[in-house]
Amino acid sequence: MSGFFDRLRSQRPKTTAQPGANASREIPDNLWVKCSRCHTAVFRKVFEEQFKVCDKCGYHHKLTAWERVSLLSDPDAFLEWDAGITPADPLQFGPDYQRKLEEDRQKTRLGDAVLSGRTLLANHPVALGVMDFAFRGGSMGSVVGEKITMLMERALSERLPTIVVTSSGGARMQEGIYSLMQMAKTSAARVRLQEAGLPYLVVLTDPTTAGVAASFAALGDVILAEPDAIIGFSGARVIEQTIRQKLPEGFQTSEFYLKHGFIDSVVPRKDLKSSLARLLGFLTRSGSVASVTE
Amino acid sequence: MTQRVLEVESPLLELEEKINELKIVNQTGKIDLSREIEALERKASQLKKSIYENLTPWEKVRLARHPERPTTLEYVNAMFTDFFELHGDRHYADDAAIVGGFARLDGQPVMVIGHQKGKETRENLFRNFGMPNPEGFRKAGRLMKLAASFHVPIVTFIDTPGAYPGIEAEERGQYEAIAQNIALMSSLPVPIIVTVIGEGGSGGALAIGMGDRVLMLEHSVYSVISPEGCASILWRDATRAEEAARALRITAQDLHRRGIIDAIVSEPPGGVHRAPHVVFGKLANIIAESIEELAALPSALLVERRYQKYRAMGEFVCAVENEERVPVAAGVG
Repeated sequence: MSGFFDRLRSQRPKTTAQPGANASREIPDNLWVKCSRCHTAVFRKVFEEQFKVCDKCGYHHKLTAWERVSLLSDPDAFLEWDAGITPADPLQFGPDYQRKLEEDRQKTRLGDAVLSGRTLLANHPVALGVMDFAFRGGSMGSVVGEKITMLMERALSERLPTIVVTSSGGARMQEGIYSLMQMAKTSAARVRLQEAGLPYLVVLTDPTTAGVAASFAALGDVILAEPDAIIGFSGARVIEQTIRQKLPEGFQTSEFYLKHGFIDSVVPRKDLKSSLARLLGFLTRSGSVASVTE
Repeated sequence: MTQRVLEVESPLLELEEKINELKIVNQTGKIDLSREIEALERKASQLKKSIYENLTPWEKVRLARHPERPTTLEYVNAMFTDFFELHGDRHYADDAAIVGGFARLDGQPVMVIGHQKGKETRENLFRNFGMPNPEGFRKAGRLMKLAASFHVPIVTFIDTPGAYPGIEAEERGQYEAIAQNIALMSSLPVPIIVTVIGEGGSGGALAIGMGDRVLMLEHSVYSVISPEGCASILWRDATRAEEAARALRITAQDLHRRGIIDAIVSEPPGGVHRAPHVVFGKLANIIAESIEELAALPSALLVERRYQKYRAMGEFVCAVENEERVPVAAGVG
């Protein structure tokens, strides 16, 4: 395992060596990076080697979708699916929304809040979907719903295990009822994987709430979470306003939901790929899932 | 009990009051006012029509939340016979914000499930204003599985501001309870008929709201977020709810136009609470017909159709179909 991070670093496409615009907003572009939780200055190289986990306090900074793909994929294995599916503003929500979509497109180089494709994870062929919080807070509108559904349907026809890494504030308000219906659409697709005996693994990352938490994110055969991620249905502010009480320490975190029985394991980022690989080993040994890709 | 009056209704109510006064005078027999009364009644009926055909989305929200609007149990008691309420999720508790049980529609067994609001304060507290906790959704899920095991069609009524936002609700997995129900409803091999009778509040509504036929009452609303919530998140100003109600396209008419719901059930002028039995009768017929039609389908086809129905929901731009590509855009900064 000692060469793990070196190997990962060398596998990452050259282009991700420079942080995306998103990362550079939180992190000044110099030798040192300030942890956004404990404010300790960390050597940038160390910070990146550890996939944006603070050396001092262990805080897991948000990853971009591409960074997440590099974390989990074997070198050069990722093939993107459905890159041509982009948002349509079906309610004509207004120029402000259109402008924000365009800004986020520039910032993330994504068409919407999810990146999906086929890849190899420690030599296991998988269908991988990764959400990016930097695109409209990872919110699920028609594009996220369609791409997650396509991911699962492709996994179904190619008999691949599916892994989805979530990061989302919930449904995209600007698409109104269409966003709500994506909960139905994605959950229905997930059930088809189950019926076909194909494994579906979920990794909850900070944050996973509301409409995404209450659909495909909650439905994994195995559900992992990164440490200290915010998870839940209602937002903390809404709960506070409703009950007029302070919320308890550690409310709605990964550890909170581990304790309450809704998560299988809280896994630090450095162990995420190996944990998923081990689970795939348990779940795919029966031969019910294709063992090689073409 | 006093009836809360919506602004939009007040000219109509004033006119109706005047008509009543005239009628009382008329009854004394001293003067004949019948022609005047007739004229005013004609005017009132025109006014009713013009008011209720031209409600703004926000006025519809107000009407959908009208305290006099019939709640699920009123529909159940009027439309069905032999209602046998079933309680509890078998794990934690019975949630009074969701009711359910066996009943008969035209003599045929069905499973009815619905959000339950109260009509006055005490009942509303007991019903938690129709906002379920996880155990409510889990009770609904249990009853739906029970129905499917015995080939009993499912009829649900949607009327909730949303799932309850509370500490304990989160502890007991509010999000998980909702997700499980949605997944369950996508694959149940029996007909599911859903009617939005008042407020369709987001995930808490969808958790018992996925079906083969989804109907909405003419003045009901169905939304991904409350207009107040949307305004306060998007514009940090809850007072802009009226604007949000318009932008979110939450009316039955909007949703029908967009193919999200299958049919609109018209309400009498003034709203369903003015003449509930008209709506109960009409809705019972529509539901009975829908069940008959859907029950004739092989269950695999029924489930496949339901899958395809939701599969098609969403609007996006699709540049290239079935694309698979090497990530040229990877992380370019």
